[in-house]
Amino acid sequence: MMAMDRRQFLKIAGLSALLGLGGKTALQLLAPGEAEAALEQATTIAGKKWGMALDVTLLDEEIMSKCIQACHTYYNVPNIGNSKEELKWIWKETYDHSFPGQENEYQADKFKARNFLLLCNHCTNPPCCRACPTKATWKREDGIVMMDMHRCIGCRFCMAACPYGARSFNWGDPRLAPKALNPNFPTNLEIPTRSKGVVEKCQFCAERLAKGQMPACVEAANQIKPGSMVFGDLEVSDSKIRKLLRARYSIRRKPELGTGPNVYYIL
Amino acid sequence: MYDRGKIVTGIVIGLLLFLFPVFYNVGRAAKEPDPVLTDKAKQAKECVEPKAFMKTEHMKMLDEWRQEVVRDNLRYYKSTSGKTYYKSLQTTCMDCHSSKTKFCDQCHNYMAVAPYCWDCHIAPKENG
Amino acid sequence: MLDKALKGSPIYWGWLIVLLGFIGTGFLVYLYQFQEGLKITGMSRDVSWGFYIGQFTYLVGVAASGVMVVLPYYLHDYKAFGRVTILGEFLAVGAITMCLLFIMVDLGNLPRLLNVILYPNPTSILFWDMIVLNGYLFLNIIIGWNVLSSERKGIHYPAWVTPLIYISIPWAFSIHTVTAFLYAGLPGRHYWLTAIMAARFLSSAFCSGPAILILLCLIVRKFTKFDPGKDQIRTLSSIVAYAMILNVFFFLLEMFTAFYSQIPGHMHPIVYLFSGLEGHGKLVPWMWTAACFAVLALVLLIVPASRRNEKTLILACISVFISTWIDKGFGLVIGGFIPNPFEKIFEYWPTLPEVVISLGVWAMGFFVLTVLYKIAVSVKQEVAA
Repeated sequence: MMAMDRRQFLKIAGLSALLGLGGKTALQLLAPGEAEAALEQATTIAGKKWGMALDVTLLDEEIMSKCIQACHTYYNVPNIGNSKEELKWIWKETYDHSFPGQENEYQADKFKARNFLLLCNHCTNPPCCRACPTKATWKREDGIVMMDMHRCIGCRFCMAACPYGARSFNWGDPRLAPKALNPNFPTNLEIPTRSKGVVEKCQFCAERLAKGQMPACVEAANQIKPGSMVFGDLEVSDSKIRKLLRARYSIRRKPELGTGPNVYYIL
Repeated sequence: MYDRGKIVTGIVIGLLLFLFPVFYNVGRAAKEPDPVLTDKAKQAKECVEPKAFMKTEHMKMLDEWRQEVVRDNLRYYKSTSGKTYYKSLQTTCMDCHSSKTKFCDQCHNYMAVAPYCWDCHIAPKENG
Repeated sequence: MLDKALKGSPIYWGWLIVLLGFIGTGFLVYLYQFQEGLKITGMSRDVSWGFYIGQFTYLVGVAASGVMVVLPYYLHDYKAFGRVTILGEFLAVGAITMCLLFIMVDLGNLPRLLNVILYPNPTSILFWDMIVLNGYLFLNIIIGWNVLSSERKGIHYPAWVTPLIYISIPWAFSIHTVTAFLYAGLPGRHYWLTAIMAARFLSSAFCSGPAILILLCLIVRKFTKFDPGKDQIRTLSSIVAYAMILNVFFFLLEMFTAFYSQIPGHMHPIVYLFSGLEGHGKLVPWMWTAACFAVLALVLLIVPASRRNEKTLILACISVFISTWIDKGFGLVIGGFIPNPFEKIFEYWPTLPEVVISLGVWAMGFFVLTVLYKIAVSVKQEVAA
């Protein structure tokens, strides 16, 4: 393995502590070569619990659409064109469909009318990981519920287990999605597509985090309205996300199931 | 012996089926592999590891890489020459070896091997 | 003993050729599915399991039912069942073969099948299902084969078979309990999240399996010189009766919990299945058909006169089959996925390729069953002579 000398480590540790967010911006300040080697160490620190907070009052239709576009563009998620075989890693639903346990006929107008952005909750206690017979999906030490496309046998047990409908299956070859709907497919030549017969879902942009970048949706949202989506470490008590959650009322999807979802909706 | 007619006929048919690939390919020598390095690869002078190693071990190395990157989140490889590479078929290996047909396929086709990497990992677009 | 399967009447060979035809067609259509992906089925992002898994679930029940002849004979010395234990065991072999094939055709990435063994995950119920199903398959093959060949030689089966027989009895219960656990432990699917799921599975297994076994015994009696016996069939019919009563009772318990509590999550799948939700009701006629056949089966089975009359018994067994097949092989799986986690409805219906492949798998199971039954019956006829 690569060796990191004491000076680099202290640089990163110091800057990370200063900026309160797992080394991401810290590493951008270092020279790229050193950053890559040092990055390795920084992002594989155990004990992290990545989470996301969506400020519903700030996210409007335009921002949400841009988030979805950013995600699906970055990860080559094609538009299949029909809801039977559709692939979606992040999408919109109305209030009633996002929070079915919270039915409220007389809910405040501003929530009744709007859409919510839904994605994989990267649960603390994920039923999908229990269900997978090959550990093709598992919970990493940093909290991300990850997918291993090399190992997935396509049994779709995880899809049955997920209470949030967060997972999509490649019923056919994604590269054969209608060209009219996907003119520039693949949209990102740095990221693989998937093949037919495997399950896929949001992975909190694990590849981007490893390069010191924010998840694509968070970046897209904050470009338009800073602070509308916050991604951070829920274990660090003075992280930006924790501060936001302490200050404002938030809900999660189906918390009564004990899955411990880590995506918070700030109302 | 009993049922000699049936047995001998069966053996002959069996042999014909078994040796079918030989009959089918008689007179057709497979084209010798001729992997061509791109200019970028030639300029780099060395691959991630020495050529002899890569020839025999690249399959194992890529298998280890995909395990380490996806499952262990260890995305950087320190080669024996001391350089650090980002473990990625698509963006590292094929950045230099950017022609799949002129490089990868040459030996793979000769050996009748069809690795399914490129079902997912995007091979660089080739011109002409 | 396999040579016994190579000599048969024209009807026997004709039947096998018909089955081979279905198998071949199913296989070709499967190749098409392998090429195109599972999009050629009716499954969708919302209903991600369908006909294949439904059939698998139903057939695990049929396989488990072998224990209903094995248990009385080996544990309670009910000597009469000695004539039919082999038929129960071979039925289990045929059923498990179909179960495994249905799983295989349902996988998105079949070449990676061995990953379940190479990278096992003991928290996954599918892992345990693989173990218990394959274990039960081997148990039945080994036990059945050895007991049958010992019978042919006129000697008692070897001592090492005995512990296997005793193990196979709780093992049979376990295969269907584990299969029920596939469903009963998933937090997001309200139709399945019930403690009684395993009990329902077992009760429907123990009525559908013996019902099929009765029908098979009657076919065997008609086409061969081997008569499984009137008493045997009578006892089996009592088993079917009690199990069917339990099966329907358990279902009514589910209805009570759902509709007395009035909790939407519990009610909605049942309302969808029996009455339709938001204008969607593809399965409604099917579920009511199942209900009617269940009532018919209960009447015919509970009234002693109709249970003892073979003609009405045949009708009762067919009714049990239809009712349990619709309920378990179709309604159960679909009902779990509708409504989806967002309380929306996206319906499912199997496509033609899906049905053809399924028929191919059923044909394969019947092929195995026919060959094994031919061997068993030939040996029994030989011994009786």
